[in-house]
Amino acid sequence: MAIALRGVTGQAPAMVWHRDTALPAGLDLVVLPGGFSYGDYLRCGAMAAHAPIMAAIREFAAKGGHILGVCNGFQILTEAQLLPGALLRNAALRFLSQDCFLRVERNDTPFTRHWAKGDVYRTPMAHGDGNYIAEAETIRMLEDTGRVAFRYVAENGRLDAGDPQLNPNGSMNAIAGVFSENLRICGMMPHPEDLVDPLMGGEDGKPLFTGLVEALVG
Amino acid sequence: MSAKAQRTVDEALAREFGLTAEEYGNVLSIMGRTPSFTELGIFSVMWSEHCSYKSSRAYLKTLPTTAPWVIHGPGENAGVVDIGHGLAAIFKMESHNHPSFIEPYQGAATGVGGILRDVFTMGARPVANLNALRFGDPNNPQTRRIVDGVVRGVGGYGNCVGVPTVGGEINFHPAYDGNPLVNAMTVGVARQDRIFLSAAAGIGNPVIYVGSRTGRDGIHGATMSSSEFDEDALAKRPTVQVGDPFVEKLLIEACLELMATDAIVAIQDMGAAGLTSSAVEMAGKGGVGIDLDLDNVPQRERGMTAYEMMLSESQERMLIVLRPDRTEQARAIFDKWELDFAVIGHLTDTGNIVIRHKGEVEAEIPLAPLADQAPVYRRPTAPAQKPQPMEPIIDPVGVEQALIRLIGCPDLASRAWVYNQYDSTVGGQTVRRPGAADAAIVKVEDTEIGLALTTDCTPRYCRANAKLGGAQAVAEAWRNITATGARPLAVTDNLNFGSPEKPEVMGQFVDAIAGMGEACRALDFPVVSGNVSLYNETRAPDGTSQSILPTPAIGGLGVLENVRQAVGLEMPEGCDVMLLGETKGQLGQSIWLREILGAQDGEPPELDLAAERRNGDFVRGLILDGTVIACHDVADGGVLVAVTEMVMAGQAGCVLDAPQSGMRPEAFWFGEDQSRYVVAVRDGQALATLAAQAGVPCRRLGRSGGEGLTLPSGSTISKARLLAVHSEFFPRLMDR
Repeated sequence: MAIALRGVTGQAPAMVWHRDTALPAGLDLVVLPGGFSYGDYLRCGAMAAHAPIMAAIREFAAKGGHILGVCNGFQILTEAQLLPGALLRNAALRFLSQDCFLRVERNDTPFTRHWAKGDVYRTPMAHGDGNYIAEAETIRMLEDTGRVAFRYVAENGRLDAGDPQLNPNGSMNAIAGVFSENLRICGMMPHPEDLVDPLMGGEDGKPLFTGLVEALVG
Repeated sequence: MSAKAQRTVDEALAREFGLTAEEYGNVLSIMGRTPSFTELGIFSVMWSEHCSYKSSRAYLKTLPTTAPWVIHGPGENAGVVDIGHGLAAIFKMESHNHPSFIEPYQGAATGVGGILRDVFTMGARPVANLNALRFGDPNNPQTRRIVDGVVRGVGGYGNCVGVPTVGGEINFHPAYDGNPLVNAMTVGVARQDRIFLSAAAGIGNPVIYVGSRTGRDGIHGATMSSSEFDEDALAKRPTVQVGDPFVEKLLIEACLELMATDAIVAIQDMGAAGLTSSAVEMAGKGGVGIDLDLDNVPQRERGMTAYEMMLSESQERMLIVLRPDRTEQARAIFDKWELDFAVIGHLTDTGNIVIRHKGEVEAEIPLAPLADQAPVYRRPTAPAQKPQPMEPIIDPVGVEQALIRLIGCPDLASRAWVYNQYDSTVGGQTVRRPGAADAAIVKVEDTEIGLALTTDCTPRYCRANAKLGGAQAVAEAWRNITATGARPLAVTDNLNFGSPEKPEVMGQFVDAIAGMGEACRALDFPVVSGNVSLYNETRAPDGTSQSILPTPAIGGLGVLENVRQAVGLEMPEGCDVMLLGETKGQLGQSIWLREILGAQDGEPPELDLAAERRNGDFVRGLILDGTVIACHDVADGGVLVAVTEMVMAGQAGCVLDAPQSGMRPEAFWFGEDQSRYVVAVRDGQALATLAAQAGVPCRRLGRSGGEGLTLPSGSTISKARLLAVHSEFFPRLMDR
């Protein structure tokens, strides 16, 4: 993630220690990257959601700050209730590390502005717990208010949440990423930051980052 | 000595601990008295096959270990080679076979953890994991349990630590039914001027324990790995360690942070035989003594004895000798990472290891004889049974049917089900993921350097002819690296064999090493690290014991100065698809023979190391100058399987020409002649001219394009059908 951010912004992101209690001043974006915070021996992200730094991140969010959470970062955001829903074990109960295709559900957000609505892009995914779930009412609210960011689809954009080839972890409504109510927090399971260099197989994930730079730094 | 009533130490107890009567006699003469219980435990693990290499050491010494680019060969925690720009690659492969049968998940997981520590203890940041796995007959109900646990364990540990698992190999054979092989390899990168060794120095310097606390897990694990399984094998589960990958991650970061200072004199992980082997080896290598006070060892359980603490194989622990005035600086780093840090002793000038616990001396052993008088055996050897000569061949199915059966068979079917459970892209440096090229390609961050990594062995060749099989394993690793464009640098070996007390197994071992040595010398591909795993046997209820196939797994490492020059299997449309290297149509020990005729007969294919080198150097040159656009070595299954794998890896199909005249079609398409490559080039005629000049046999196989694979018969197999057949085996076995 740090490599991808450095690649698009030209500067190294500031690293924040989990035991810190304050964020650096003047931030444009907070990113919660992937990994296995505290080993994730409890529910994924459950420990990290209570890390000392999280109070400052909540405050940042409350003031309208932009936050991107990827993979474990998404899990932490749901555990911290900064985003709705939860991530269960993958439907097949196995870790899945493979490419998937994501459909962009709206492009009027800082995270998606460099795509068109309905665009499909390839991105690696690598997680054991990415099966998105929420109460029926929450799902309906997310759908009705346009808060689904990305969905797992076929390369040609076809959506079938019941097909494990297309929706590999079994997420409800094939949801791969969601927005907060103010559209300033985005959490997603796949790893667009791992596909930002042709040498590594493509730049399909790059629009997320170039879009954020344009929206937040101008 | 301790007055605590442990068992009386005598020859009977020594035998229970795995020492022979003669070895126990040597213990008595070294000590000049009856050893204490703890002392006997220390001798028994240090002199176990696993730690002492007593049956293998004499032969390992014959392997070539040097080259201008080798910085550290065998003898350190891992091998170190120069990859240019002041950087070094540090790598090793190690087995965790016995624990993986008893408890597959933890056995495999801690295998990954152990090999990671061997690499970062030398100052390297781990950048890639690989593995070589052998399982029993897929139809044996145990196999599913073991595959499931091992794959979950490899992924569970590697994924959490955040090191990509980028490559590996898998075979199935009934000889592994009761004794699977789990060989794990880690590759790391360090600055050449910041490599850390294990020889302790500086009388009075503090000895530091860091990492997880010590518990009662894994006690006598090294001894267990040095004997055959019996019917009670599963009752040995308490000897299997339990891994904590998150602590490992913290340990990596804390150690690398400490290594950026000049506080460390020597460092070693606590692997097999735990605190005993790390303390004994560090002090022994440095020619100093070491005093340890076990009261200061961080402990997870109450009431542990000195014996238990010295023999515990609790994971994620390191032993460090610090400069005297750096203890607080080091402690601050480990505090930051929330890891235990304890001063548990100091170096002395006595030449002895002294273990104190609760105010009493529990052990006092002179280190020099413990190492120097460790047993070395040249065990009797016997020639292995020769394979049956091949019967005259009648092809009962034809080329198309045979191809379909081969690409779906357990040894050739897609491994995607397995490697899709391993995070192969974490860290963002994976240029070629599993399956995309003959070797995985990982970029060294902030440079243009690429590392080409592979694991290889063909156990069925080794069983038929161990010497040839040993050489072939090395040659195949060299070939797989070459096929990406990389320059092969060095290997790590993981020698898995049956009981060395069986003369025919010992014969296989000696022959395999002879073959490996020949190939390593001919290819300038020295051995820089390795591991031996013997006693891979399963005892049947009738008392007979079955050895595994001889399996000298080779982990190869090569380097690309410019990682952008690497090629993979995927070929574009409109290329000539060419075969380089000589084809005689050798079907002995081939997959075709086994899968189609059910026979495991004949000699394995010949290996001409001069031709190997000539062909490989030719191909590598053409990859680096851009002539060769895609490349795949010809291995299991022969030429047709190789071309089919290239079709399955990319978008373009292939239309094949007629096979070589004067040769039976099945022999041409499925023969496993060595030292061959399938390449895609824009101009096959020009390649043929260059090949003729270089003395490399060359012929056109066909042309890339179309939707699938078009056989000379005119029949086309669609890519969708190929992929469906190829990807069926693992899900069918595992997800039912």
